[in-house]
Amino acid sequence: MSALEIRELVVEYDRRDGLPVRAVAGTSVDVDRGQIVGLVGESGCGKSTLARAAVGMVTPTSGTVRFEAHDVHPLTRGTRPRELSRLQMVFQNPFSSLNPRRRIGDQIAEPLTTLGLAPRVQRGARVAQLLEQVGLAAGAARGFPHEFSGGQRQRIAIARALAADPSVIVLDEPLASLDASAQAQLANLLVELTRELDLGLLLISHDLAIVRHVANTVAVMYLGQIVESAPTEELWEMPLHPYTEALIGAVPLADGGGTLPEALPGEVPDPARPPAGCRFYPRCAYEHERGRDEQPPLVEVAPGRRAACWLQGAGEAPAPPAVKASQ
Amino acid sequence: MTALLEVEALRVRLPTAAGPATVVDGIGYSVEPGEVFGIAGESGSGKTMSVLALMGLLPPGARVEGRAVFGGRDLLRLPRRELRRINGRELSMVFQDPMTSLHPMLSVGTQLTEHVRRHLGLSRKEANAQALELLREVRIPNPDGALDAFPHQFSGGMRQRIAIAIALACGPRLIVADEPTTALDVTVQAGVIRLLDRLRREQGLAIVLITHDLGVLSSIADRVAVFYAGRVVEAGGREEVLGHPRHPYTRGLLDALPHPEAAAQPLVAIPGAPPAPRAVPPGCAFHPRCRWAEPISREVVPPLRDAGDGRLLACHVDPFRHGDSAWDNSRSSVTDPASE
Repeated sequence: MSALEIRELVVEYDRRDGLPVRAVAGTSVDVDRGQIVGLVGESGCGKSTLARAAVGMVTPTSGTVRFEAHDVHPLTRGTRPRELSRLQMVFQNPFSSLNPRRRIGDQIAEPLTTLGLAPRVQRGARVAQLLEQVGLAAGAARGFPHEFSGGQRQRIAIARALAADPSVIVLDEPLASLDASAQAQLANLLVELTRELDLGLLLISHDLAIVRHVANTVAVMYLGQIVESAPTEELWEMPLHPYTEALIGAVPLADGGGTLPEALPGEVPDPARPPAGCRFYPRCAYEHERGRDEQPPLVEVAPGRRAACWLQGAGEAPAPPAVKASQ
Repeated sequence: MTALLEVEALRVRLPTAAGPATVVDGIGYSVEPGEVFGIAGESGSGKTMSVLALMGLLPPGARVEGRAVFGGRDLLRLPRRELRRINGRELSMVFQDPMTSLHPMLSVGTQLTEHVRRHLGLSRKEANAQALELLREVRIPNPDGALDAFPHQFSGGMRQRIAIAIALACGPRLIVADEPTTALDVTVQAGVIRLLDRLRREQGLAIVLITHDLGVLSSIADRVAVFYAGRVVEAGGREEVLGHPRHPYTRGLLDALPHPEAAAQPLVAIPGAPPAPRAVPPGCAFHPRCRWAEPISREVVPPLRDAGDGRLLACHVDPFRHGDSAWDNSRSSVTDPASE
């Protein structure tokens, strides 16, 4: 059993125009301790809604979220059951998730106090230890958030999450809006923490390239559903879903070579009116008759590899979509 | 060929609570017609301020020195009225976030025709016809309907295309694009990069492209300048600077990127962080973060000099002057994953 289990999750919103939008449309994800699971997709694919549902910040329409064998229910009356304190979340913008008027040390110490994790006399030492764990000097405890750079603030937010002694952390775009170097530092830190503290991370990101460096497995989300999931390297070496292939082809290589990235034609459809068949059908480079009216299920194509694509038949050997389409 | 834009010894000082801060410290470059000139660097390196100075868009109290000759006139010395006549007509700008650069309450058609009617004196009918043409040019689906629509009705990528169409409206010779793809998804970014490349090829448009994303510059820039703490540390052809970087900072930036060949290894980050404008270290501004720094790097600002292979370099040590075969090999195999 995984530490965090998301099963057949559906989250529906009522949009201002009255149409219900399925932001998450039947998605399952498992996060084990010691593993980083990357959840990748473009804006509007539902990845942030999934992250919020995973920690009980939004109410699922159907499906279940279980953490260490406890049901994760949405917040009620502002209190969170004690057993869920080991499931933490880090947000994209640490400037809005940290209190600008309180000292860093006090903010990190808060979970220690609330959860009774360190006696008063040991709190200062524990805060210093947490700051060091994320690569900051112990003296940072006396500072205020505005005194730190974006990368440092994100480290502070992670230290605060670690203060609750978590087993799983859900991180929503923690690396976006950082410069390349700060991004690399933080990505490495996430990998180290996962190993040292045996954490499970659900890493939400729009950046497939950076996720490749940190995640053990990757799930690719399109229009509320996972279209492919696989061990990271296998996904990169042979993407099975045409959307994954398009995402990889759109990443510009920083080799000075002057190669233009491949653009994916069309736009993401309105999630209130998803295509009838395969959700990617209108933009797919490989026409497959069946995709027009019938939605492909997410099936295991090879051990650990799942894809929702009619080009990938269960029981057949997995092959890149180009090969299948030309047959 | 005569340069379209020639910037020399540009220096920008901004007032801060603690006193004036030099954010751009003696920058020079030139842009040829039809060329994409890339400016790279991390946030706070002065990339944006260096171009806002050209457009007369710096915050109040800013002090500017140097020269920026565009079409025979020094933009830094033009009266405001004349500068305004040039801005939008011969020289226009595209910003990072199209939601803030587009007016939310005006229709796309109004925003597209306002410039041409003012600058070129076209009638409403002529201006509308041209607006349609522009929307087709930047590949907006259903251009007729788009004219009456408002910015919020479009996706981020489409909004950026509209912002580019507006920048193109008066037929400028140069577009300054500040992080035009940073807020976009990668598949949408690819479309905008291809659009800029087409405009440059088909219309001879020159583009100054500011971005922290070296992948974007690798795909479209002809020449590149790398900024650090308000100065250019390395500049030259795209292939030289990004394919075979010689400045330790340029190398550091490239090494920090996700690398297809070394995905299992940790990323190589540059230690530390860029300095604040009022705390730029003496000597080479990069020396506290550089493992090749020599005593001279701590004292003397390295001049930006011709490094011999068509690039300009500001480094006393120049540790990669003979190339670094291990590094270059690992990079070159990036383009050919089948070679392993």
